[in-house]
Amino acid sequence: MSNTVKVPTWKESFLEPIIANNPVMIQILGICSSLAVTSSMKTAFVMGLSVTFVATVANVAVSLVRNYVPNSVRIIAQMTIIASLVILVDQLLKAFAFDLSKQLSVYVGLIITNCIVMGRTEGFALKYPPLPSLFDGLGNGLGYMLVLCVVATIRELFGSGTWFGLTVFQSVNNGGWYVPCGFLVMPPCAFFLLGMLIWAIKTMRKDLQEPNEYDTHREDY
Amino acid sequence: MLQDYLSLFIKSVFIENMALAFFLGMCTFLAVSKKVTTAAGLGAAVIMVQLLAVPVNNIINTYVLKPDALIEGIDLSFLSFITYIGVIAALVQVLEMFLDRFVPSLYNALGIFLPLITVNCVIFAGVSFMVQRDYNFSESVVYALGSGSSWALAIILLASIREKLKYADAPHGLHGLPLTFITSGLMAIGFMSFSGIQL
Repeated sequence: MSNTVKVPTWKESFLEPIIANNPVMIQILGICSSLAVTSSMKTAFVMGLSVTFVATVANVAVSLVRNYVPNSVRIIAQMTIIASLVILVDQLLKAFAFDLSKQLSVYVGLIITNCIVMGRTEGFALKYPPLPSLFDGLGNGLGYMLVLCVVATIRELFGSGTWFGLTVFQSVNNGGWYVPCGFLVMPPCAFFLLGMLIWAIKTMRKDLQEPNEYDTHREDY
Repeated sequence: MLQDYLSLFIKSVFIENMALAFFLGMCTFLAVSKKVTTAAGLGAAVIMVQLLAVPVNNIINTYVLKPDALIEGIDLSFLSFITYIGVIAALVQVLEMFLDRFVPSLYNALGIFLPLITVNCVIFAGVSFMVQRDYNFSESVVYALGSGSSWALAIILLASIREKLKYADAPHGLHGLPLTFITSGLMAIGFMSFSGIQL
């Protein structure tokens, strides 16, 4: 690695992925888990924390060994680092939050194959020194967590009238007034919410729009 | 006996569809579903790797990782994730070399997708579900075939819808990915109708 590569400042590498270049909304990475764990705020929050932790530490670790790992075995090396970290997270969750780890089931293990973690170690940590990599991992993890929390808030608040398990709208079953929209807690709804969020972002930021393959308003085909 | 395997197969293809019920392998599901031919190639590759990875990991899990399996009194199950991903990566590598040597036409057709399957969550999730549900060896073969086919079925369906969808006159911001998301949401609702089937 040459030293001529321009190293991004901590501000760039930390703040950019949170909003402007969000991994879920803009780069469309790590979709599997953001669809599956967002039916309640608790699972989404824990999942976000775990991914942030894994992304940050994996980025630093990969960045530290980046000059010693031959190019041909880099994927295996990254996988090993990420898998060890995920084992750590899994064991911690099983020890201190057993119910949550049961709810998250296989999705904790799936952090290994989460494209955000792998994408950042491959795309960023292999090129830059540890400190910027730390901020990059942190930024991407928090960006992921932000989207997860937004989607989970909508789904839990309107789907069951609670937020973090605390009652916000008293539902009809418990003698209140709110009729929960059961559809929101069902899995397919996550697709619609995420699709609409991306739609909103693409409408606001014209530079991200994909050009039409066919212009239906032209008549001279 | 045969009936059990058949119902396990039907269950893993339709009721527990990997893509549309568990949302696994979404990154490739959304990104590589523009054309039916590429989608079919990728689907075939996933079935192949799944058929290798799940039974092999089943054997390793039974004879090495389970408590008291290898040496009396030693529980290696905390090494599970790192073993599974290592086995998957190695299998994909071997399969790639095998296809390159003996079936070059298929190798060329699959191209870049084959190595990418290592990081496809469908494979890893298939292995994790197999471990979680304690399938024996023959069940794991059936489950691998079923879950691989379920993902292939979903991506081919989505690709055929998207081939028509590109002619749609949607708002500019909705074009491309957002529309794909909403389409797959509708497909997921369709697949929810299978969940009423009792097997």
